Amino acid sequence: MYQGRGILPPIELPSGSPIRMSLFTLYGANIMGERKVRYLSLEEGGFSLLLLAIAIFCLVIAGKTWDQVLAFHTALIALASLAGIFYIFRRYFDGNNTPAPLEINGKPNYNMGPVKFTTWASVFWGIAGFLVGVIIASQLAFPALNFDLPWINFGRLRPLHTSAVIFAFGGNVLIATSFYVVQRTCQARLPGAIAPWFVVLGYNLFIVVAGTGYLLGVTQGKEYAEPEWYADWLLTVVWVGYLLTFLGVIWRRKESHIYVANWFYLAFIVTIAVLHLFNNASLPVSIYSTKSYIVWSGVQDAMVQWWYGHNAVGFFLTAGFLAIMYYFIPKRAERPVYSYRLSIVHFWALIFLYIWAGPHHLHYTSLPQWASTLGMTFSIILWMPSWGGMINGLMTLSGAWDKLRTDPVLRMMVVSVAFYGMATFEGPLMSIRAVNGLSHYTDWTIGHVHAGALGWVGYISFGALYCLVPWLYNKKSLYSLRLVNWHFWVSTMGIVFYICSMWVSGIMQGLMWRAYDSLGFLEYSFIDTVDAMYPFYVMRAFGGLLFLAGALIMVYNLVMTVRVGEELESDAAGQPALAPAE
Amino acid sequence: MSAWKKHQIFEKNSLILIVGIVIMISIGGLVEIVPLYYLKSTIEKTEGMRPYTPLELVGRNIYVREGCYACHSQQIRPMRDELERYGNYSLAAESMYDRPFQWGSKRTGPDLARVGGKYSDEWQRDHLINPRSVSPTSVMPGYPFLMDAKLSTIEIENHLKVNAMYGVPYSEEQIASAKVDLLAQAEPDSDAAEAFEERYPGVLIRDFDGNAKEVTEMDALVAYLQMLGTLVDFSLYDEKANLR
Amino acid sequence: MDATYTSLAHFAQTGGLLYFMAIFAGVVIYACWPSNSKRFDDASQVPLREDD
Repeated sequence: MYQGRGILPPIELPSGSPIRMSLFTLYGANIMGERKVRYLSLEEGGFSLLLLAIAIFCLVIAGKTWDQVLAFHTALIALASLAGIFYIFRRYFDGNNTPAPLEINGKPNYNMGPVKFTTWASVFWGIAGFLVGVIIASQLAFPALNFDLPWINFGRLRPLHTSAVIFAFGGNVLIATSFYVVQRTCQARLPGAIAPWFVVLGYNLFIVVAGTGYLLGVTQGKEYAEPEWYADWLLTVVWVGYLLTFLGVIWRRKESHIYVANWFYLAFIVTIAVLHLFNNASLPVSIYSTKSYIVWSGVQDAMVQWWYGHNAVGFFLTAGFLAIMYYFIPKRAERPVYSYRLSIVHFWALIFLYIWAGPHHLHYTSLPQWASTLGMTFSIILWMPSWGGMINGLMTLSGAWDKLRTDPVLRMMVVSVAFYGMATFEGPLMSIRAVNGLSHYTDWTIGHVHAGALGWVGYISFGALYCLVPWLYNKKSLYSLRLVNWHFWVSTMGIVFYICSMWVSGIMQGLMWRAYDSLGFLEYSFIDTVDAMYPFYVMRAFGGLLFLAGALIMVYNLVMTVRVGEELESDAAGQPALAPAE
Repeated sequence: MSAWKKHQIFEKNSLILIVGIVIMISIGGLVEIVPLYYLKSTIEKTEGMRPYTPLELVGRNIYVREGCYACHSQQIRPMRDELERYGNYSLAAESMYDRPFQWGSKRTGPDLARVGGKYSDEWQRDHLINPRSVSPTSVMPGYPFLMDAKLSTIEIENHLKVNAMYGVPYSEEQIASAKVDLLAQAEPDSDAAEAFEERYPGVLIRDFDGNAKEVTEMDALVAYLQMLGTLVDFSLYDEKANLR
Repeated sequence: MDATYTSLAHFAQTGGLLYFMAIFAGVVIYACWPSNSKRFDDASQVPLREDD
């Protein structure tokens, strides 16, 4: 457990030492006068060594590889690591590295800098991800938009879209809210000074490496796990830091009970780590090549992939965002969660059942039927804890339903829980083998995913962002609730267009594939079914455009909140948060 | 009890929580994945499965690189319409050397599990350069840049080596001559082509992209597409013996 | 290991069912145990009283 206190011996050289002189003259003479005896903390020393090791490893690869993309990426990671070392030592020599007090005037001294950074990162990546979504939706309607170029063809942009919205937007929302919620509910400061920044900056560096890699043709070819081996390694290191930083707050907590939202965050962090390690178990062709081969093959790879893929939904897009629900809805509604007991049953049932659901993605394939039957069974049972959680979220409003009329932010979050209920009903339905026979490989799946992604994940995230920004910047309220209302209705129209067009096109496509004429021949060639999709693809792109427009309204609102919003007189947090040091 | 001791208990609690989470999530994964390695019926007994040639392997990597799996499945389900549209349903054995598997999850375009031999090399090439030249309402992107991209032979032995480490039956000789073999399969008139044919009997040796001057990424991708689903001899396949 | 589908299926169908029931019962009993109720009521207030 790191406290930022000195464990390494102090750097205290004899005053006449030439080393000391040369080090200090580098940073100006004033330091000499003011500096007290200072320690390079274990944290600072440890991170310097870690970053140095990463930088050296990457520079060796960058210098020797024949692969230009790998050279670019390793140089980028090395540069970032060296910048990190520079930052640590600049703090040290400037004398800014005294550990921040854990409390000021008996109140916890929260570290909200990393929360602010990830809040804005999620806003940025959200817009980027929605925009790429609109582009690829348009490419399906108008293939000329691929421009016959490698970097922006549908096949490369599609993983960019999914990763940008899930891992970049969703991931930053989860890091921002988890660091906020765990500090507030434990009444304790994030541990360390470097660790939280290592997590948030390292995670976003991973996003940049992964995303630029897709455009340049670097991919593992496994859905939602496209980043190649070196990006996976980077994420692994960052994720260990994330887990330890999160746990560090829990270990310092003043409340005896760990609030249930933190259980969900912990399940999300731990499970994603396990999934990531197994699904990305690969050997690079050599360390000078971007290409790797996965250890699993064929049918086993399919099983591992969808075990991963469905639990990315279950633990990244569900457990993590349920944590947001369990904190932000009670907080915004100013009432405790409907039933704490139900939330405990919800938690254990959800994490136990979800992990089994993966093979429902592989009905009627060469995966043995016993496996897909298991997946189907658990997916159907999963309906119950999902709706238990939905009821728990919705009923938190009981006795305060009038707030839905006056508070559009709360309305957004409540509608998000309703979408969660809808998607978790549709999911078990589509996991039934007979239904899946029709829905699989069609746009119905795409519609289902977006009911969850736009409705549930999107809206609960927007709600959390609308709460967080005024809280983080000590503002009385948002710049404009009217604009939240506009955002809500424009986006909801977008979602309706999206889901409905995909239902129609998906079911139509499924039925056309299996239609027979009176002579017993297949009625439609494949291209007939492609032609039939055209109007629905246009409608879907329009729906996506509306959703993007709504998100842009949010960006304006959030920026204006920070710029012109009215200040709160007294800061509940006790101390202004550190400014982001990007 | 001192405050420190209380603190310790809480620390333990969060670790107990983690242990609980790990136990809960491990069971499902273990039960669903581990038997796939121990049940002998998981991968059917078939005649004809062989590892990819270097050119096919590189072609497959281009297929992966361009994200073809986002729109094309490689998995035919045992349903009447799919059997009639695409051919025999897919066997687990047919993807036993696939790293990663490319079964896909969406059919914006048709299934490709048995596309091998369905169209001529010229059709495949024209279609990849401009899909609308042969299928006017197709929404597929064009890949004309594959014709201009000279095929890289760097580290191709290592590609085979890593696969061999996983148990793919590449011989020492096949690994050693991977670089020559990679190009030879697309140069039917070269001397190397004969030696290649001895190492990989029965595979297609053609100038797949119709450009005899150099071996391009188009050669590799078309070579891969033309062998997809053609390996297993279904006249020798015993469906009853492989029921599971 | 001489695993067949039938032997594994038998094991899963008998042991598995009991195991799931036991876990579920355990969680429900823990959640509903009367002496835990005060702690849970207390915990549910955590997000609301943090500013005090």
